[in-house]
Amino acid sequence: MTHLAQAATQQNPLLPTWPEFIVGTICFVIVFGVLGKMLLPRIQQTLTERTDQIEGGLARAEEAQQEAQRLLDQYREQLQGARHEAARLREEAREQGAQIIAEMREQAQAEARRITEAAEAQLQAERQQALASLRAEVGSLATELAGRIVGESLADTARQGRMVDRFLDEIEQRSADVRAGAGQ
Amino acid sequence: MTGDVHAVAAPAGGCHILHGCGFPAPGLENFEFKPLFTIGSFNFTKPMLLAVICTVFIIAFFWAAFAKPKIVPRGVQNLGEMGILAVRDQILRPSLGKKGDTYMPFLVSLFFFIFLMNLMELIPVFQFPVPSRIGFVWPLVAMVYLLYLYLGFRAQGFPGYFRNMIPSGVPSFVLIILIPVELARYLIIQPFTLGIRLFANMFAGHLLLTIFALASWYMLVLSYPLIFAVGSFAMTLFVFVLELLVDLLQAFIFTTLTATYIADSLEPAH
Repeated sequence: MTHLAQAATQQNPLLPTWPEFIVGTICFVIVFGVLGKMLLPRIQQTLTERTDQIEGGLARAEEAQQEAQRLLDQYREQLQGARHEAARLREEAREQGAQIIAEMREQAQAEARRITEAAEAQLQAERQQALASLRAEVGSLATELAGRIVGESLADTARQGRMVDRFLDEIEQRSADVRAGAGQ
Repeated sequence: MTGDVHAVAAPAGGCHILHGCGFPAPGLENFEFKPLFTIGSFNFTKPMLLAVICTVFIIAFFWAAFAKPKIVPRGVQNLGEMGILAVRDQILRPSLGKKGDTYMPFLVSLFFFIFLMNLMELIPVFQFPVPSRIGFVWPLVAMVYLLYLYLGFRAQGFPGYFRNMIPSGVPSFVLIILIPVELARYLIIQPFTLGIRLFANMFAGHLLLTIFALASWYMLVLSYPLIFAVGSFAMTLFVFVLELLVDLLQAFIFTTLTATYIADSLEPAH
């Protein structure tokens, strides 16, 4: 009996009672209102900011890395340039050195040639001089000898021989005297 | 069933557990509550109280988490972020994509409101899933229904919305069947199943928990072999854990379907 009475008051469980419907609506609207209008926008903004900051940080890191890479490339380039320069300078120096050596050698050869030529010329001159003086002396000697020969009687060859020997001795003597005089 | 039995009437069918009138199987009457207080003709009942508690708790939690959000999250904010990001990444994004973030507040509110109302089933003292009173389910369904109809009309136009329900290139004799079916699907079946699924799961869950809890008690008191009471209690624990899963799952399904319906309205699948 009580069961029946209860069953009569019991609603179809699929049909809402209006008070519950209203309370349910109000509760959800409050939750949605506070969350949707106040709290979630705040956190979404924070999340966006966080993403921005992280992405900004990554971008900055990327930028710094690019900058570092650029500098590194630049330094490498400079180093390469310096190496080239050094190599060039070395090459140049070597060329210059070789050139200087060649020039010096040429100069030295020229000098040597010049000295040799001068010496030869002097020799020639002295020889000419010697020849000239010798010719004059030999002439006078010959004349002197001839005069003596003519002055003496040109009887025999023995006398002639003696006279020539004596003449030569005289010359020898003379030259020895000259040498001795020079020696003193 | 005698008068004096009814005098000590308990929630379980009017027959007290100790009066030997058989196992008081729980039924619909377990879902009826006497008003806690009455204002005029308005009866304030336990499920309403629980709904209010859920509302207060959700707002308090998210207030603590997001009132002053930090770029580097601390404490409750971490937990709150995990919650809303789970809803965003597991429910919203798969159906609506990134442009659906506009609907995030609605879906987050739906998910946590339903989840917490479901959880009330398992929390001692409260021990009642609010959505097993369908009065708390239909308002949510009504809002989802109106939202997806509105979005459908706005995105596709009033005639376009109905035209897009029907796939093109279908032979005309099929249309005779297809048009009523598709109309019924969008206008009746979708909202109805959305509500009933949640309600029935919570209703059945509460019934199961009640049955096994009552049975443990019943068999312990009436000196059946102890093993029955222990077995029944083990089942209570098992169902408890199961219900924990169901509570989460139903909130998830309700919200996911909402997201799907919204996506369907914004971009017709056909």
